[in-house]
Amino acid sequence: MSGEEFVSLSLTPLLIGIFAAVACALPGNFLVLRKQALIGDAISHVVLPGIVVAFLLTGMIATWPMMLGAAGAAILAVILIESVRRLGRIEPGAAMGVVFTTMFAGGVLLLEQTDTSTVHLDVEHALYGNLESLIWLDATGWASLLDPQALAGLPAELPRMALTMCVVILFTWALWRPLKISTFDEGYARTIGIRTNLLGLMLVMMAAIAAVAAFDAVGSIIVIAMFICPPAAARMMTNRLERQVAWSVAFAVASAVSGYVLAGYGPLWLGAQDAVSAAGMIATMSGIILALAALFGPCRTRTGAPGQA
Amino acid sequence: MLWEALTLQLGYNATLVAIGATLLGLSAGVTGTFLFLRKRALVSDAISHATLPGVCIAFMVMVALGGEGRNLIGLLIGSALSAWVGLLCMNWLTRRTRLAEDAAIGAILSVFFGFGVVLLTVIQTMGVGRQAGLEGFLLGSTAGMLWADAMVIAFGGAATLALVMLIRRPMMLVAFDPEYAAARGLPVARIDLAMMGLVMAVTVVGLKIVGLILIVALLIIPPVTARFWTERSDRVVLIGGLAGGLAGYLGAALSASAPNLPTGPIIVLVSFAFFAVSLLLAPVRGVLAAVLRHARFQRRVHMRQGLLALAQGQTIYEPLTLRLLRRAGLVRADGVPTDKGKARAAKALRDEKRWELVRADQAHEATAALYDGLRDIETVLTRDQIEEIDRRIGGPQGVTA
Amino acid sequence: MTLELAADQGTRITPQDVAHSPLAIRGLTVSYGQKPAVFSVDMTVQPGAMTAIIGPNGAGKSTLLKAALGIVKPLSGQVTVYGKPLDDSRARIAYVPQRASVDWDFPTRVIDVVLMGLYRELGLLGRVRARHIAKAMDCLNRVGMHDFADRQIGQLSGGQQQRVFLARALAQDADLYLLDEPFAGVDAATEKAIIAVLKSLKQAGKTVVVVHHDLATVTDYFDHVFLINTRKVAEGPVDEAFTAETLQATYGGRLATAQIDQISRALG
Repeated sequence: MSGEEFVSLSLTPLLIGIFAAVACALPGNFLVLRKQALIGDAISHVVLPGIVVAFLLTGMIATWPMMLGAAGAAILAVILIESVRRLGRIEPGAAMGVVFTTMFAGGVLLLEQTDTSTVHLDVEHALYGNLESLIWLDATGWASLLDPQALAGLPAELPRMALTMCVVILFTWALWRPLKISTFDEGYARTIGIRTNLLGLMLVMMAAIAAVAAFDAVGSIIVIAMFICPPAAARMMTNRLERQVAWSVAFAVASAVSGYVLAGYGPLWLGAQDAVSAAGMIATMSGIILALAALFGPCRTRTGAPGQA
Repeated sequence: MLWEALTLQLGYNATLVAIGATLLGLSAGVTGTFLFLRKRALVSDAISHATLPGVCIAFMVMVALGGEGRNLIGLLIGSALSAWVGLLCMNWLTRRTRLAEDAAIGAILSVFFGFGVVLLTVIQTMGVGRQAGLEGFLLGSTAGMLWADAMVIAFGGAATLALVMLIRRPMMLVAFDPEYAAARGLPVARIDLAMMGLVMAVTVVGLKIVGLILIVALLIIPPVTARFWTERSDRVVLIGGLAGGLAGYLGAALSASAPNLPTGPIIVLVSFAFFAVSLLLAPVRGVLAAVLRHARFQRRVHMRQGLLALAQGQTIYEPLTLRLLRRAGLVRADGVPTDKGKARAAKALRDEKRWELVRADQAHEATAALYDGLRDIETVLTRDQIEEIDRRIGGPQGVTA
Repeated sequence: MTLELAADQGTRITPQDVAHSPLAIRGLTVSYGQKPAVFSVDMTVQPGAMTAIIGPNGAGKSTLLKAALGIVKPLSGQVTVYGKPLDDSRARIAYVPQRASVDWDFPTRVIDVVLMGLYRELGLLGRVRARHIAKAMDCLNRVGMHDFADRQIGQLSGGQQQRVFLARALAQDADLYLLDEPFAGVDAATEKAIIAVLKSLKQAGKTVVVVHHDLATVTDYFDHVFLINTRKVAEGPVDEAFTAETLQATYGGRLATAQIDQISRALG
């Protein structure tokens, strides 16, 4: 494939996929260690009602209202889950199940009630995204990377996802120490003055921001897969948090690249003509990486913590 | 319109859907209860998402064999097989690796679902009946449901229900206390797997009506709702089943009564309405009852502490304590106890002293366990016993009232 | 007429006491649900003392400690640390939680856990420098764990985990050390090592409060006791407050008479 074709057709979706994967995998490390992995699942389900409500309020499909709607829905979901868990004294898994399925059902109902035939807004889009369509038409080759005019024609998702990834990286870097301490030992963290409740909320918010920015470009499936699979696979590679996070980023990038390439070219190699869903393929690849780590990772089993010695 | 729908007079299809949804809700509510009591509610999320690749593969196989591809039974068998594979993978991840169950659930659901989406796009390009309508399995689609489909759902639901009833005792034992169950020689791992198998059956049966994303709601919400109303596990099962069945029936009827009301989401929302009412208003575990109880309890604690402090001439710092004492006319505005306050304080102190003796006395061991700082001693000891204790305390008698 | 409750003997707390006490608790009630785990408890920890909190299982020992540290929220009551509200004196407290309270499968090394004790010193982004590492190693040395610095925490035995937790607390350079059941389920060597460290803390003028369950070692290890069974039963120097009567009052029927006899013989 020529540079021209690659830059205009594949470079941007590939980068967006990588940025989204990394942005989700970073907070995913802490969510998995805190046994809150399914918060990502819950958040990505409630994105749909969020964007539908935003559409109903503004009457248009514009990025920022939809992002705000999705973020609002994510916050609402987190608050509802906490309230149901505490007020009803229900275990967290069930509380999550009650809240996100209900909100998702509400989103589907609203969607059916609204005339969205003129706009591109449907359940499938929220689930799979449209990574393949995020191409850079103005690019004529590698040289376009230095051409301001061509750069102006970049799909808006690219800078947005890049910014999101930077925010997530900054968050993880700045709050690394308290995040690590409170994830390991919440009670102790409180006694040295870390505000653990606030920190936990900020972590979930960061996950929500990553999820909302990513779903728009790549759909909910990647979001859930990237929250969980790369960190889970990374946990089986090392026993140190710093290295685990590094592994998870590497796995996220590897899933995004291999998934995108396989989705686009795999069918051609097999003699078929059309590409398959890149989002689905990226999720599948992250699963394959996880399976390999689970089979061969050096730290795949518990070290046998002698609980009560 | 709604009345007609509720009395099943909206035509053939609506009636089929309503009956199917009721049976589905019933079996989902009953089956989900065991899952919920086992604290593994979200396993259903992994199972349901893992059905998608199976549906797609079954479709492709049936087309490859020259069939039409949309045969419901064929698709359901495919979905069951892939859900089973997903379940085994999840079990393997939690047992053989260091991953916790929540991470395993998330991994299985996203990867299987992602793979399913890949297969969906493959089917779209196969050029057979274009979309093949498989998207319907995501959210359910009851439009154009056939008699045969309804029969599959009815039989599937009934069979699941019968199986649940058959193995409910061992499942309940395992859900309540897996270690005890194992000690009694029950094959816990196999029972767990059977429980998951039943969840899978419900999921598969529900694909057509509510779809794979929302079936999770029917497995989780009714049991959680039921838990608010009773402390007995057999009743949770019963109420869970009733709540599910009723939600299925009302939801299906509501959705038939007006256009643009998709069956699956409506059933889920009706189910949630039951949940919300229970959460707020259930007599013991409900929020309202709990808030009232907590406020009353806190007042009792402060009152008691305040009286003890008064009796011993200590300064009271807690504003709430002072306010409560003042409102009861036990202290004056400047914090000095009234006569009534003095009397009540003396009684509280004497009771506390009595408790102190009771708790130090082996003869009163059972009574001592009841001590919570608040209980009136007259409610646990007889007059004679109290007099006996008072003799040991010494000092003036007759403050029993 | 004034009845004297055991719970209030010798504890007419004056404002001066509160200001000087490393840890002063007034009217503390904590409840999980409808039964108070701790009811209307006053406690005044003596500076420079080694105090054991003693009581039967479920008597509210750990709850008292957790409420004092702000980990659980009390229904009523006040806690002051060196005369100031808890949040203003965090830097002066070090807490050693129960070993079972964390997930030892967490991906981290022994030295990293000890470095957590330097959080207040390092702040959010402060770089870990050689002197921090040296300090952490020194703390590990004091508990006899310096050879394990690079070990994954999941590979430690229960006693070793407990010592790592103690090393983390030492790294905090606090004035008041609160330990929750540090001797529960640890080997004899660990128990010896821990008590040696605690005694050296006392010698350095620090205050130590330990939730303790082994009545046989109380007189050897501690100079003050605090007996609790939902309510406070007694508080004071060991020779005054740790008597057959107070034990009977604390444990009621739960302590065999033979055991009490044995302890009172040990007390002389």
